[in-house]
Amino acid sequence: MSGRDFMKLAFSSRSENESFARVAVAAFVSRLDPTLEQLQDLKTVVSEAVTNAIIHGYEGREDGIIEVEVEIEGDTVSLTVTDQGKGIEDIELARQPLYTSRPELERSGMGFTIMENFMDEFEIDSAPGAGTRLRMKKRIESKKALYN
Amino acid sequence: MSLQVELEQHRNTLIVRLRGELDHHTADIVRFKIEDALLRGRCHHVVLNLQELSFMDSSGLGVVLGRYKSVSSRGGKLVVCGAQPAVKRLFELSGLLKILPFHDTERAALAGLEVVS
Repeated sequence: MSGRDFMKLAFSSRSENESFARVAVAAFVSRLDPTLEQLQDLKTVVSEAVTNAIIHGYEGREDGIIEVEVEIEGDTVSLTVTDQGKGIEDIELARQPLYTSRPELERSGMGFTIMENFMDEFEIDSAPGAGTRLRMKKRIESKKALYN
Repeated sequence: MSLQVELEQHRNTLIVRLRGELDHHTADIVRFKIEDALLRGRCHHVVLNLQELSFMDSSGLGVVLGRYKSVSSRGGKLVVCGAQPAVKRLFELSGLLKILPFHDTERAALAGLEVVS
């Protein structure tokens, strides 16, 4: 597969949309014929990013807008998740495993750790009051390539 | 609904079977149903059967960690069984795999608890 191939979704910051977003991304990426494990990794990462936007970015408000963009270039998937929420005060602290800014919500504090572990590249662009943009990349080794 | 929660009492143990997808959206119902059953019943321990759980993210880890804390604080045990590889990887990444007993089957999990109690 060659050339630029992308999709973009915008949806409201409601928790029902967590499953919608991960299923939509998985459906789009399936043209690369990823392994089940790689597809599960991507779904988990989308779920983490969208959940963060809902809980932390918009603090549970349901009228926020979340954008998910996926671009496929060759065998690499680029995923961008953007919100216009309150942004992250201390990015380094937020990236610490098991750290959560909302312990009262019974969060595990593993969201960023999972995203970093499951993707090849991971970047946070955020400032207080200016929203958050997560940019990630993952190379997909297709099942076909494994078998041939 | 994308997650079904089935509860069954076996002696002093609450068996919780999750079917579907456990994320932030479905986490509250799991938390509520388990806490409610523990408050009303005479269950001491919890077996969490994840055999039919096809998806879980860090919100699920939060719920399991929360139930582990609440069951432990009452002197009970929480054990997990049947977790699929992707789900198990998350437990591993979070360190919970070292804290919680994991079994392949519900029967093994129950047998493990009966030795404990």
